[in-house]
Amino acid sequence: MDVLFLSRLQFAAATFFHFLFVPLTLGLSLMIAVMETRFVTTGQEVYRRMARFWGRLFLINFAVGIVTGITLEFQFGTNWSRYSAYVGDIFGSLLAVEATVAFFLESTFIAVWVFGWNKLSPRAHAACIWIVAIASNISAYWILTANSFMQHPVGYVLRNGRAELADFFTVITQKWAVLEFVHTLSAAYVLSAFFVMGISAWHLLRGRHRELFRKSFALAASWAVVFSIFLAVNGDLSGKEVAEKQPTKLAAMEAHWETTTSAPIYLLAWPDQDNQRNAIQALPVPGMLSFLAFGDFSAEVKGLKDFPPQDRPPVLLTFLSFRLMVGLGVLFIVLAVWAWLRRKEPEASPRLLRILPWAMFLPYIAIEAGWTVAEVGRQPWIVWGLMRTSEAVSPIAVSQVATTLVAFVLVYGLLGIAAAYLMYTYARRGPEPAAEGEPQAAPAGGAAGEEVAHA
Amino acid sequence: MLESIWFFLWGVLWAVYFMLDGFDLGAGTLMPFLAKSDQQRRVVYNAIGPFWDGNEVWLITAGGVTFAAFPGTYAVMFSSLYSALMLILFALIIRGVAFELRGKVDSPGWRRLWDGCLCVGSLVPALLFGVAFANIFAGIPLDAEGIYQGTLFTLLNPYGLLGGVFFLLMFLVHGALWLGVKSGGQVGAELAERARAAARRLWPVLVVVAVVFLLATAWATDLYANYLKAPVLWLVPLLAVVALLAQRWFMAREQWWRAWFASAGTIVLATLFGVIGLYPRLLPSSLNPAWSLTAFNSSSSPLTLKIMLGVALVMVPVVILYQLWVYLRFRQPVAEEDLAYEEAY
Ligand code: HDD
Ligand code: HEM
Ligand code: HEM
Repeated sequence: MDVLFLSRLQFAAATFFHFLFVPLTLGLSLMIAVMETRFVTTGQEVYRRMARFWGRLFLINFAVGIVTGITLEFQFGTNWSRYSAYVGDIFGSLLAVEATVAFFLESTFIAVWVFGWNKLSPRAHAACIWIVAIASNISAYWILTANSFMQHPVGYVLRNGRAELADFFTVITQKWAVLEFVHTLSAAYVLSAFFVMGISAWHLLRGRHRELFRKSFALAASWAVVFSIFLAVNGDLSGKEVAEKQPTKLAAMEAHWETTTSAPIYLLAWPDQDNQRNAIQALPVPGMLSFLAFGDFSAEVKGLKDFPPQDRPPVLLTFLSFRLMVGLGVLFIVLAVWAWLRRKEPEASPRLLRILPWAMFLPYIAIEAGWTVAEVGRQPWIVWGLMRTSEAVSPIAVSQVATTLVAFVLVYGLLGIAAAYLMYTYARRGPEPAAEGEPQAAPAGGAAGEEVAHA
Repeated sequence: MLESIWFFLWGVLWAVYFMLDGFDLGAGTLMPFLAKSDQQRRVVYNAIGPFWDGNEVWLITAGGVTFAAFPGTYAVMFSSLYSALMLILFALIIRGVAFELRGKVDSPGWRRLWDGCLCVGSLVPALLFGVAFANIFAGIPLDAEGIYQGTLFTLLNPYGLLGGVFFLLMFLVHGALWLGVKSGGQVGAELAERARAAARRLWPVLVVVAVVFLLATAWATDLYANYLKAPVLWLVPLLAVVALLAQRWFMAREQWWRAWFASAGTIVLATLFGVIGLYPRLLPSSLNPAWSLTAFNSSSSPLTLKIMLGVALVMVPVVILYQLWVYLRFRQPVAEEDLAYEEAY
């Protein structure tokens, strides 16, 4: 157990945990903004109740997203100080810009939104959630350009023993950043859409608050269809970008050992890194890997053996995560299309309604798998081709990192349980009762319309 | 030149952060001592509820700017102060979620848990920021490579602890004054009285500690060197003292908002007092002055500094404008109808 290993574990734990909450913030904020806008334009009370119901779940999620983000901001200094000193000229400014242009907006206007239901006009109130949603999505852009710099460093010069900024515009507009942003955001919207569909399905199956949850369901189903298909398309573009710029990651994603032309994809494979081969490999689709990576069935794809062992990422983890993500991505398209076809009359398909409350957890798995591909596949580099992760770690004591790692696991574990429990309770409890004359089915479970007692 | 501009912007960011988060950290720490019923505790939560998160972003920005403008300092400072900073971060975590989670389960034990988190989570950063900054003023044992040759306990030296107590007291008074103006209605009346009494009682202690701290600073640091070189700078500590005395003046006249502004001024000026004394050092080494990190030997490239300056000059005034709007919008004291409100904490 050295400082490097513990720091990696701690950073991975902290980012993975942060990213359990981030995608829902990114997507649900926009959906709530759409709901509230419909309330403003149509005046129908049901949209207001929708915004409040989903808003409550959103706020629990948002609170944990914020506090876990704050620790990340400082971990580059605490645990990766050599990295910070080496690329801070570029990387630090992206984080600072993120805070000034996005976090201030987000955190200031979320408070106005929470406390402003009675103090602001409906229009101004809806504007607040739009600001929060847009600011969150802008914040994602900045942090992802920072991450893209680590994946594919551009716009820098090596000077004074470090990487210095040469061209800011290139850093923030490079193709990698745009693709990563588009892919991550569409993944976040898919996750949010499945979240809304899952909870709506659960209530619809029990015949509660039918109008409200049908409307939520229909909105989420259209998001799910659009973004799950779009996700696969732009994921393919991401794959081509990886093939071009990070050949070792691509080879690890596909457990591809030998450099070949017309490289196939094996539907069944199990890499064995120690022996530099696949323990199992069967059911090849000829030329498919060449095609997916370079758009040409006969293109040459570099194998891992062409790279020195110390430059190869952990193959098994990268490979499995990639398979998992893509597999789930295909499943999401199927589910999303099914739900979309049923969006007008979801109750007509009880099977669908029974599946969706379970399916809402899958995008979480896919999204974390995606980050595993991107980050583990980048190893052993912290900044691709420029700095190794092992050179980046802070000169601190093992005991310090070990202590904080245990603390992170404990605190985040408890926090995760508390947040999940509250989301579960409030999701089941359902929205506040309709004010006037909304058609209601008889509440089956009895708890449906219960007023939320306040402490 | 750019380096010096950024040095002072850096100092101003921390000063603004302490001024803003200071009152909610102080109020959070005081809550168990001032609020005697659940309703009164809810007044405390709602009196700081709409602001604390926006205030904390000033911390994120101060951290981000340290990273962007002085990456060398960011790297050494935060890895040297590893344990202290992590303690602060954990405190901010449990405190930040307390607002959202406390009212969500109807059980006294659950609420007591989060009340404890709010109090401890507010106390620890208030104290440790003071400890950290006092140590920065005095210098920490950094070797030629910028590697910290100490432990968490090295930081807990007498001067460091004195700095911690000084910050804590400034924040407590600041928070008490905030609760004094922001607790309203029937529920808040008693709380407001108790908060004002607390401010009155804490103030003399603050004055004593402030004087001791200023004297100890002469002995433990060389912050005064810059002041001896350019006597006009004495204006800053002088104004800090004036602001400190003004607090008491306004308290005696029951002008609570003014007292709060005087307290805000005290915090800003006290921070600037230290920052000016530090210049151009960001993190002095106590082993050898030549190993100190300064605005010049740890800064970013001129290009980065220029771009960041552009961003800061455009964005920070905008941020100040909309945050001001929010403060004005929510300036009314918290009363019964605010607690009855559904989304209230
Ligand atoms: C793709 C999006 C994304 C990614 C990869 C990250 N974050 Fe994040 N972060 C957000 C998207 C986001 C957000 C959507 O803007 C959050 C999430 C929940 C929230 O409330 O805001 C947020 C909150 C958040 C906050 C609190 C902001 C506040 O108080 O308002 C900080 C300081 C960070 N993040 C910092 C980081 C760092 C240093 C990361 C890198 C390791 C990181 N985030 C990864
Ligand atoms: C939020 C989604 C993210 C997740 C789930 C994630 C996950 C991970 C994981 C698992 C590692 C460890 C890889 C390994 O050591 O094998 C890692 C490393 C790292 N990531 Fe990310 N990451 C995320 C986003 C980011 C972003 C946005 C940045 C920077 C802006 C970033 C910066 C780093 C750094 C500095 C390391 C180096 C430490 C290391 O290699 O362990 N990460 N990340
Ligand atoms: C359907 C087919 C999909 C393909 C072809 C695909 C492709 C890719 C590729 C090639 C990467 C690596 C990019 C890099 O190394 O930086 C990646 C990363 C990622 N994927 Fe996917 N993906 C798919 C589906 C999904 C799904 C369903 C989700 C989650 C709902 C998801 C979430 C992510 C995330 C969060 C990342 C890390 C961020 C990034 O690097 O863009 N992906 N994906």
